[in-house]
Amino acid sequence: MKLTTRIASYFKPPKLTYRLWKVWRRDFDVFMKTYKVNFFPPLLEPIFYLIALGFGLSAIVTSIEGVRYIQFIAPALVAISMMYGSFFECTYGSFVRMYYQKTFDAIIATPVSVEEVIAGELLWGATRATINSTIVLAVVAAFGLVSGPLCLIVPLVAFFAGLTFSAIGMAFTAIAPNIDFFNYPGFLFITPMFLLSGTFFPLETLPPLVQTAALVFLPLPHLVKITRGLILGDVSLSLLISVGWLAVVTLVFFMLSVNLMEKRLIK
Amino acid sequence: MAHTISQVGRRVTVLDVLIRARNLTKKYGDFLAVDNINFEVLKGECCGFLGPNGAGKTTTIKMIHCVLPPTSGELTVAGMTVSEKPREIKSMIGVAPQEDNLDPDFSVSNNLLVYARYFDIPKAKALMRVNYLLKFFQLEEKRNVIIDQLSTGMKRRLILARALINEPQILLLDEPTTGLDPQARHMVWDEIRALKKQGVTIILTTHYMDEAAVLCDNTLIMDYGKIIEEGAPAALVKKHVGEEVLEIDYDEKTMQTLREKFPKARLEVLGDSIHVFSTEPHGVFTEFLKSFPLKNAAIRNANLEDVFLKLTGRKLRE
Repeated sequence: MKLTTRIASYFKPPKLTYRLWKVWRRDFDVFMKTYKVNFFPPLLEPIFYLIALGFGLSAIVTSIEGVRYIQFIAPALVAISMMYGSFFECTYGSFVRMYYQKTFDAIIATPVSVEEVIAGELLWGATRATINSTIVLAVVAAFGLVSGPLCLIVPLVAFFAGLTFSAIGMAFTAIAPNIDFFNYPGFLFITPMFLLSGTFFPLETLPPLVQTAALVFLPLPHLVKITRGLILGDVSLSLLISVGWLAVVTLVFFMLSVNLMEKRLIK
Repeated sequence: MAHTISQVGRRVTVLDVLIRARNLTKKYGDFLAVDNINFEVLKGECCGFLGPNGAGKTTTIKMIHCVLPPTSGELTVAGMTVSEKPREIKSMIGVAPQEDNLDPDFSVSNNLLVYARYFDIPKAKALMRVNYLLKFFQLEEKRNVIIDQLSTGMKRRLILARALINEPQILLLDEPTTGLDPQARHMVWDEIRALKKQGVTIILTTHYMDEAAVLCDNTLIMDYGKIIEEGAPAALVKKHVGEEVLEIDYDEKTMQTLREKFPKARLEVLGDSIHVFSTEPHGVFTEFLKSFPLKNAAIRNANLEDVFLKLTGRKLRE
């Protein structure tokens, strides 16, 4: 096969029908079976962070970019919950369903196609991001750290950003030889991103090279900018660059992950 | 009415053919998993794919239900080409795979209900269907039990029930009784027979030759990706191993006697016993034993396993 056709085969747009929602619905039904347990982590985690870092550090760091330290990190916690919710759903979660439970094999024996299975999983990952971050947003609001109605757009952002991280996660799942493999993207991609995306201190304090690299290669700094703008009620047109960056990356990884998974499952 | 003649000369009308493969091939790199095979499955029959591990049975099954694309050749189900109409074909097929892929996140009845959704079966109809299937497979009491708590036999039955959720015209059973105890095995056989009576076309793969002999109208024996023999079980037995088999303890003198007495028979030494396959009619061995009373001699009917081992050899494949 020619190299160009080969590359193109990784980015061909999937043929999707309404059936992808049946896959989404399956995951949703499983989630609802144990919803009480599922709601706990996103509810408790931000409380710990806000108490530990927000109150704990506020004695040392009085204000950043004109807001209290706890106000500065609150939107970042919302953004991080979007990332974790979707990335881990479409890595560990999808891998278990694909590899151990053979759920995908069972579904593709029905009129649902493999592309629809993966697309449904990605939409479910996006939904997880929305559910988790909405809970975190509520906690943040309860702490009085939300200003203005712009924050109501956050769940919508969560769904699309969730799709970004789902698609990136699914691309890793497609090439994962075993479940331990996810330690690599976990420690080499997610953890540094968690720390270096303008989350707990401004991006601008980093060396210029790291700053540029973070903005060019990592989705989270863009997501933190958008979420922070919406929650603090301070949006500017420059956020559109971040929106555009995320949209392009999402589109690319959506195609890539569906095609990679199709190649893995159908030989 | 148009007629076709398949390899073995079964005269069948085109209208009776439900699945047809012509020069069907599946290649993985240089490895030929399925090598240029031709076969037909008729409406309402039970067709068995037999063969050692790695013969290409499962690959063929997966191509029929549109999960694996053929490398070359033609494969049609109810007149539709697998690469063109996968959704239509998949909606008329029920699949019971070799490995357990029940959804461990759901109970018994929810496994069926969730699966019904993939086929666009409306909720009310699905519920009726689930009740019927749970009854048919004697799983009613386990309705709300989580999959992990089912025995192997119950899981197998639930997989069969799931394969029937869409009222399929074709049922693909990949080793449906592997790992079952005799009771569960016979129960599954009864269920397969009942489905056949209802007019469901069944394709099954199995390693148990008695199973194929009991259930199948037609069998295809595969080896190294090719179909090496085809026919009704009884006909194959008659053709390849005859009526009866005599088994006797091995010693050189007995061997000599047998060679003289049955010059045309096939003698096989297996471990410490001799197997004599004769194409002569019933009773020759009984007569022989009357005049030569040999120790530990046993006469049994020839069976499909004899055919299978004769055609595919005794060498282990894996």
